[in-house]
Amino acid sequence: MTRAIEQPLETDKLVLNFGPQHPSTHGTLRIIMELEGETVTKATPEIGYLHSGFEKLGEDLDFNQYITITDRMNYLSPLCNNVAYALAAEKLIGLEVSQRTEYIRVLMCELSRIADHLLNVGMLAVDLGAMTAFLYGFRLREDIYDLFEIATGTRLTTSYTLVGGLMRDIPEDYDKAVIKVLDEVVEGVDEIETLLTKNRIWQDRTKNIGVISKEDAISYGISGPMARASGIDWDIRVNEQPYSSYGDFDFDVAIALNGDVFDRYLVRMEEICQSVKICRQALEKMPEGDVIVDPGLGYSLPPKDEVYNSIEGLIYHFEVTMPNRGMTPPVGEAYVPTESPNGELGFYIVSDGNRTPYRVRTRPPSFMNYSIFSKLIEGHMLSDAPAILGSINIIAGELDR
Amino acid sequence: MPPATILSQVKEQFPETVLAGTEFAGEQILHVKGQHILTVLTALKADGYNFLADLTAIDNLTLGGFERFVVSYHLLCHQSAERLTVKAYIPEENPSMPSVESLWKTADWQEREVFDLYGIIFEGHPNLIRIMNPDDFDGYPLRKDYPRLGRKERDDFPVVDRGIQKKNRPQ
Repeated sequence: MTRAIEQPLETDKLVLNFGPQHPSTHGTLRIIMELEGETVTKATPEIGYLHSGFEKLGEDLDFNQYITITDRMNYLSPLCNNVAYALAAEKLIGLEVSQRTEYIRVLMCELSRIADHLLNVGMLAVDLGAMTAFLYGFRLREDIYDLFEIATGTRLTTSYTLVGGLMRDIPEDYDKAVIKVLDEVVEGVDEIETLLTKNRIWQDRTKNIGVISKEDAISYGISGPMARASGIDWDIRVNEQPYSSYGDFDFDVAIALNGDVFDRYLVRMEEICQSVKICRQALEKMPEGDVIVDPGLGYSLPPKDEVYNSIEGLIYHFEVTMPNRGMTPPVGEAYVPTESPNGELGFYIVSDGNRTPYRVRTRPPSFMNYSIFSKLIEGHMLSDAPAILGSINIIAGELDR
Repeated sequence: MPPATILSQVKEQFPETVLAGTEFAGEQILHVKGQHILTVLTALKADGYNFLADLTAIDNLTLGGFERFVVSYHLLCHQSAERLTVKAYIPEENPSMPSVESLWKTADWQEREVFDLYGIIFEGHPNLIRIMNPDDFDGYPLRKDYPRLGRKERDDFPVVDRGIQKKNRPQ
């Protein structure tokens, strides 16, 4: 006679809708989960709730107008999107930007990387019940957004770059403000690490959860911190032809080997420290110069003084802005991969020689990173879903475009 | 191996498949026939291009090209840090080509996206359904002959009258 308790307890299969309005999805995405007890046996992600046709829209907007659309893709680090798109357009046209432009772009990209990672770690923590780390991260992110506001005029929809340079130069004494915030970031990161890294509950909730093997990471097209947490030594800033003068800076690439949620957290924390290093170097070595290419080339607007006070300035202004004029890029195509906080963010522009691109494709890192989710969650508990989702760092605006 | 060498090697290996090999802005582009994409990519994967960075399509309606639709594969070799673009051309009458999901799992969602937005059918794909648009969506939005101003959708939108008959409505 076997006791009833030794018999496996069979339960009915339960289908659970996770989202589209679940708070831990951080955006509108829906996952249809099949549960047995509390174990997820199958998960089917449903995406497209935020599909806004950005790529179709890009065929109707000229090269500089589309920069405002790139803000709306990854709204946690819009400056990285701005820079990536500007780089692709410049490669297509064949424009060389000044070194000061490149350094300011590096500074802005790294500041957004810090803000993005702080937010991601904080969100992961709050989803797993650690409210304090979230508040520390959010406060620091707020300071970085203030820096963006000083430089670009807005906090979220920055639209800072232009094809061939930047919208405007950074203000005087900007470096002092940045260094003040960077010092706070270093302290804050220490505090978050003290709260989380050796915390028993944190380790229990994140270690061996959502493990991605090296082969899977390559097969599923995973890039960025997620790939590096699985032991793939690949950073576009270092391993490929460095874009935007990244070759001038001395920093390390954070790698972990286990590929679980905990390692992704560790990689992100280390990347914050490396980004702080890059920011300090960029401020130290900041060269002098213009931040936009010569308006005579026909790709940028001249300064407003010249427009009002000289006939050449006025002509250049109208040459760029009039509907039947504008840029004349060559017929061709360019794909530029950049290392965004989430992974490989690429812009692929096909031009037929008109002022609007023929096709603008975004290679969204969230989209590829999210495609492995259903494989990761299988066999895990339902309560691990927020941990895995948080460690993937899905930005719905970029996922659906 | 540098991409230029790979290009000439692939051209020799598949003389009937490769349409052309071009270079623009420092990027190597290989133009092939869509029907043979699986063999070409299998060979390239064996040559070291182990990472499919991006998969997308272009509608050549007004741009011109070998055929109406192009599916672009952006490959990356982790070992030599080289990138290569493979463009597979497929005709308008029969927009279908083999799926590369068996080589890279990432092609699963990306091919679904291309199917959703361009209507290109990938043979051998395990789950070829729309991914961005709803399942009952009509048309392929990123095709060049799909209107940009939303006329198609807006005109067909069913009007909800919430039970009030038109004749009973206050004038």
